[in-house]
Amino acid sequence: MAKAPGTPAELLERFGPHLNATPSGGWQYEAQHGPDRLVKTHCCFCGQQCGIQLKVKDNTVIGFEPWEEFPFNKGMLCPKGVKRYLQSGHPDRLLDPLMRTDAGFQTATWDDALAFTARRLRELQDRHGKDAVAVYGGASLTTEKSYLLGKFARVGLGTRHIDYNGRLCMVSAGTAYKPAFGVDRSPIPWSEIPKAHVLLVVGANIGECAPITTSYIWQCRDNGGKLIVVDPRMTPITRNADLYLPVRPGTDLVLLMGMLNVILREGLEDRAFIEEHTVGFDAVAADALTYDLRDVAERTGVPAEAIERAARMFATADRAIAMHARGLEHHSKGVENCSALINLCLATGHLGRDGCGPTMITGQGNGQGGREHGQKCDQLPGQRSISDPEGRAHVAKVWGITPDEIPQAGYSAVEIMEAIHRGEIKGLLSICFNPLVSLPDAGYTREALEKLEFFGVIDFFLSETACHADVVLAGSLQEEEEGVVCSAEGRVIHIQQAVTPPGRAKLDSQIICDLAKHLGKQQYFPYSHPREIFDELREASRGGVADYYGITYERIDKEMGVFWPCPSLDHPGTPRLFEGGRSMHPDGKSRFLPTPWRESGDPVAEDFPLYLTTGRVVSHYLSGTQTRRIGALVDQYPEPLIEMHPRLAAEHGIVAGDWVTVTTRRTAITLQVSLLKTIRPDTVFVPYHWPGGRSANQLTHRTIDPRSKIPEFKVSACRVAKASAPPATGAR
Amino acid sequence: MSARNFYIDPSRCIGCQSCVQACSECDTHRGQSMINFDFIDRPESIGSAAYVCFHCEDPTCAEVCPADAIKKGIDGIVQSALDPRCIGCSNCVIACPFGIPKMKVAQEQMMKCDMCYDRTSADLKPMCATVCPSQALTFATPEEIARTRREVPTNVFYFGDQKVVTKVMMMVPADVEAMSVDVVDYMWEPQS
Repeated sequence: MAKAPGTPAELLERFGPHLNATPSGGWQYEAQHGPDRLVKTHCCFCGQQCGIQLKVKDNTVIGFEPWEEFPFNKGMLCPKGVKRYLQSGHPDRLLDPLMRTDAGFQTATWDDALAFTARRLRELQDRHGKDAVAVYGGASLTTEKSYLLGKFARVGLGTRHIDYNGRLCMVSAGTAYKPAFGVDRSPIPWSEIPKAHVLLVVGANIGECAPITTSYIWQCRDNGGKLIVVDPRMTPITRNADLYLPVRPGTDLVLLMGMLNVILREGLEDRAFIEEHTVGFDAVAADALTYDLRDVAERTGVPAEAIERAARMFATADRAIAMHARGLEHHSKGVENCSALINLCLATGHLGRDGCGPTMITGQGNGQGGREHGQKCDQLPGQRSISDPEGRAHVAKVWGITPDEIPQAGYSAVEIMEAIHRGEIKGLLSICFNPLVSLPDAGYTREALEKLEFFGVIDFFLSETACHADVVLAGSLQEEEEGVVCSAEGRVIHIQQAVTPPGRAKLDSQIICDLAKHLGKQQYFPYSHPREIFDELREASRGGVADYYGITYERIDKEMGVFWPCPSLDHPGTPRLFEGGRSMHPDGKSRFLPTPWRESGDPVAEDFPLYLTTGRVVSHYLSGTQTRRIGALVDQYPEPLIEMHPRLAAEHGIVAGDWVTVTTRRTAITLQVSLLKTIRPDTVFVPYHWPGGRSANQLTHRTIDPRSKIPEFKVSACRVAKASAPPATGAR
Repeated sequence: MSARNFYIDPSRCIGCQSCVQACSECDTHRGQSMINFDFIDRPESIGSAAYVCFHCEDPTCAEVCPADAIKKGIDGIVQSALDPRCIGCSNCVIACPFGIPKMKVAQEQMMKCDMCYDRTSADLKPMCATVCPSQALTFATPEEIARTRREVPTNVFYFGDQKVVTKVMMMVPADVEAMSVDVVDYMWEPQS
């Protein structure tokens, strides 16, 4: 029974989150003593993966210096990147393995913790079958760690159930791009953005969630480009939009089909491109023509004239880029939404040339690389399908096993939690994932965690989820282990080891290899350095879609990153895909894919008449495990607020500073209101970085897209009411 | 002296406050940010703006200082009040037409942006202009600005009758030569 040991207050006192507000040694330490060295590496947070130089003194990161030579961000950083170094020397850092006892968590030796973990996982598998245990990974892990974890689950444990928190991020995009183009990657590097004449940004709060991309968008405007923003909220980049479409949550598909309808009725499609480079146009066109623009306006809440204008701007531009992020993807029809945007680009011939293409803005640090090499439940290294016999044979050979020994596809992240809840999965090993904060329907997640017969966690801080663990293995921060990641652009870059883990904490990869040893599988995990793992994954990816064979650490350093596919050492890499309009399907053609409408899994109704949508703020990252421990970032946005239009507030007698209870079909939470005219009056927004009574994911629902398995974070039906007082426990 | 100049374009600002956070990492005043940042009127708009000191040719802050504590260097940089001289009277805080100087009450000293003289003297960009993700704060040559931006720079401001010329440039629409920030200048009033 994995209930958190001790009272919340005791856990808080010992493990935090505490705020680290000043660098190790104090503010003046660095000026007086100077760093020992500057390490050129990358930020540990989002998919932009900005280059940064870390200042290291006495094996501690004590500050940063911009890295202006790195071509993607040229020294630019968001506030998270600026203050990320404050994780180093943090008082909450786990320095030893922990084991749960009746008296709470006790520090343990590595031998005891690893032996216990291996024994419990084996016992559960012996009693209930291999698939009774599951593995959770994360997209902040280096590609080496991701690859290793996939191999560990399938070879070390022999379970088919491994999935990762990228399942909560952009899988709808990948699931749409793969069948459309034969590959799951942004088709363009960011250097294409300033070349576009029209930028269509759908469901992407770029200013807060991909801040550096703003500079590319402003460059596009400086060059005379026009900006169209589609979002229920006026996000910061909207201040310079030429056209703003305030789409009603969950109706993006209708809006995009409305645009395609206008394009077809006005004959603005690119017939030559469609003929030469695509398959499947007729069925999609027939569907688009059934959309009536007045009906579209009514359903989306966007004026028909604005939809017409957007369609004409996009279609008649010689060069147009359509960018999207979680706002389009976090839906139970997230794949259809993304396909609709791809269809728009295909119909207008915006692909495979200067300043053109659909573009996904991958959110997590290694959101791209982490999904390419084997911690996804349905993929093997190199973006190979786990059901493809040839791919299985290739990977089995690299791993030194027979293809039959590789398990088939397992459950996705949400499905794993549901299998735990119903007792089918009884053991879980988790790294780089805080599902209690990040999965939808947090109350359900807590129940599931409490049912686990064994729960092991590898982490550097004791996350809210890790409080439920039987064993916590003290792992490493990003700057403590060398490896590669792949940025949102498709650029493979090099993460340097700036410092070694403090105390008895270990490298993540070493923990996984040690665990394999305790499971008697050491012959498959003989690595003494991440480079050896990378060399094996290069071989495992060879010939696959995401071919890394030609990429080496040395090439990355010399060339400031290498874009995959890069099949040989003399291959220059592939910054831009689909040259000349050729997709990566064998016939070179792109696919129009059907986009049937489905209602949200949590539809609005009389008793829940409003839309709740969730997302991020600029100073926090994902479940907040890291950023809620950094003083300056918490000061910038201390507590979740509920954003609400004054018109909606007035209907409920809510005024500035009031506490508001927001109720969904799951439960209710009470937060302070932020009144602003930059959100639709039928919609409220809550950022999701907090746990417990402040957790937006207490309110969200577990409906997932049937193909991508992404949860519908962007639409929950809700109602609001003025609260008479703050919640009893206080906001914290 | 650097051939590069400092340009502010609030229309590019996305309110991320990277400048605020990065300024507090600068060696000469680490732990304290000298950026002036505002959400203009968050309930009404997403507009936000970040400012550094404009480093006036004839700094009003220095003119009104009774202790002669505020000095302008030959590089045109107006420094924070000199610690031994500053009497903490806040005249500069009240008088600055741009609202830049900050009184650090605990240390009884006015502090403000010094344009990262430790960085600029080593031909590095100021910290805020280096990290700014929207390049609302930019350190660049006039040629780069002319080549890459649709707005144009100005450094002449009118505050009522006071004309202020600054080292730092403000980006304005191409047809604006000088920017008045007094509503009266935009009003029609009968001549008496």
